[in-house]
Amino acid sequence: MDKLINDFSIGLFFWQSLVFLLLIFLLRRYAWKPILNAVNEREESIEGALKAAEAAREEMKALQSNNEAIMKEAREERERILKEARDMKNTIVAEAKETAVAEAEKTVVAAKAAIEAEKAAAVAELKNQAAVLSIEVAEKVLGQELSAENKQAAMISKMIDEVKIN
Amino acid sequence: MISKFTAFSAFVGLMFFSAPAAAQDHGHEDAHQEEVHHDDAHHEDAHAVEMHAEDAHGAHADHSEGHGHGEFVPASDTEGRKSVVKETVEHHLADSYEFHIVGPVGFPLPVILYDNGLKVFSSAKFHHGESVAEVDGQYYMVHHSKIYKTDAEGTITYDEHHHPTNEKPLDFSITKNVFMIIFMAVFMFFLFRGVAKTYKNSLVPSKAGRFLEPLIVFIRDEIAIPNIGEKHYKRYMSFLLTIFFFIWFLNLAGMTPLGVNVTGNIAVTVSLALMTFFITQFSGKKDYWMHIFWMPGVPVLLRPVLAVIELIGLVVKPFSLTIRLYANMLAGHVVIMSILGLIYIFASYTAAIPFTGLTLFLYVLELLVAALQAYIFTMLASLYFGAAVEEHDHH
Repeated sequence: MDKLINDFSIGLFFWQSLVFLLLIFLLRRYAWKPILNAVNEREESIEGALKAAEAAREEMKALQSNNEAIMKEAREERERILKEARDMKNTIVAEAKETAVAEAEKTVVAAKAAIEAEKAAAVAELKNQAAVLSIEVAEKVLGQELSAENKQAAMISKMIDEVKIN
Repeated sequence: MISKFTAFSAFVGLMFFSAPAAAQDHGHEDAHQEEVHHDDAHHEDAHAVEMHAEDAHGAHADHSEGHGHGEFVPASDTEGRKSVVKETVEHHLADSYEFHIVGPVGFPLPVILYDNGLKVFSSAKFHHGESVAEVDGQYYMVHHSKIYKTDAEGTITYDEHHHPTNEKPLDFSITKNVFMIIFMAVFMFFLFRGVAKTYKNSLVPSKAGRFLEPLIVFIRDEIAIPNIGEKHYKRYMSFLLTIFFFIWFLNLAGMTPLGVNVTGNIAVTVSLALMTFFITQFSGKKDYWMHIFWMPGVPVLLRPVLAVIELIGLVVKPFSLTIRLYANMLAGHVVIMSILGLIYIFASYTAAIPFTGLTLFLYVLELLVAALQAYIFTMLASLYFGAAVEEHDHH
């Protein structure tokens, strides 16, 4: 300890402190600040570039997924439209079928009715014709038969017989 | 975190790997002056003895230190050689008024004394500590790396503890350590301003910035932010960065053969620790003081006791910062030079080879310690700042 104190030189202490303080201020002004600023600036620019790249990548990813979503939507839309069209076609066809069947039925019914009516008319006509013909025939037959007396008598008796049978 | 740290330490280690080799070359030239026969075995210590010759005449009154400096001590005189090594190590670690490089090469530094007025003169006047310098009718003498006021003959008197009793003037000299501090400050200023300038053209570092920027980012991301927090760390970055590089570079400078021992000097580490201490106290928030003087969540009777303990802790923190850095760097230098000194003491090839290897190993270890101590100091400083600005959520 005695030696330490003896070795201590006030002059050296003075110069050391003075020079060192000066050195700190000079270096701060001319070296450390510019160097640290440059290093900071560089680090920030590197960080900024990295962040920008990351952001771009994220954006790309988002864009890609967006595209995919749009594609998917489009596909779905197409499916939907196709399905709708198919359904529409089916309904139209079904409806058309129904209408056709109904129409056909209606026609058949009408035709049947017409046939019936025609038939009835024809039968009535035939009946009338038959009645007229019968009367004419009867008139002619009767005219001929009843021209003789005996034939009239025979006729009457025959008729009476017939009634008896009935 | 650890792996990053190891990586940069290893890098620094490689950068300075060639330094021990340079130290040995340096010693080789001096060996001739001594006429030592075991040339190879005496590289380092030959240099050491020569260096010590500087204060040979300055300390002539001090006979208890044993053998004269710069004289040839025979290998059989183990005790004599031991004391040479001891003195060499001490001299190497001490501050100096001149910058000695190699052999006779070096330059004097300005001496600034305050002794009834400011006195500025060149340390060349001391003639490497050999003679008395006369300035404005006053006489000064260097003794054990300190300036004392003496008479015209340079007489130094001692008390019973062998401490000089001569008056010491207030000494603000630009010593070797001060010179290194200023040199390192200028070097750091231009280095980091240069790095800062490269960012003007592009945000990518170039040249030295490629190596230094990861360290700056390391201090920010691994030291400042985890310890201080995102919110406050920016205010302390200048201090933390400056102190880290300052300590680290000066530690590394200490590993060169120039014998610079700035961070292993108590005055320097006290200054650094005191700055950390004052920044911590001045940035202390309400919570910080509350935790020191009136600890919440503890029985009231216990609170004054804790306050005493906390106050002791407050003082111990800068003290531990001071001693940790000082002792680590000093110890590293002492160990390396002592092991090199063993070669001189044993004076044989059998000793030279393993001890050189061991020195190399310790040298590499010291390079790691140089970075580690800078890291630890910065880490602890940021830890203290973090505690000062921390805001507790009270329950």
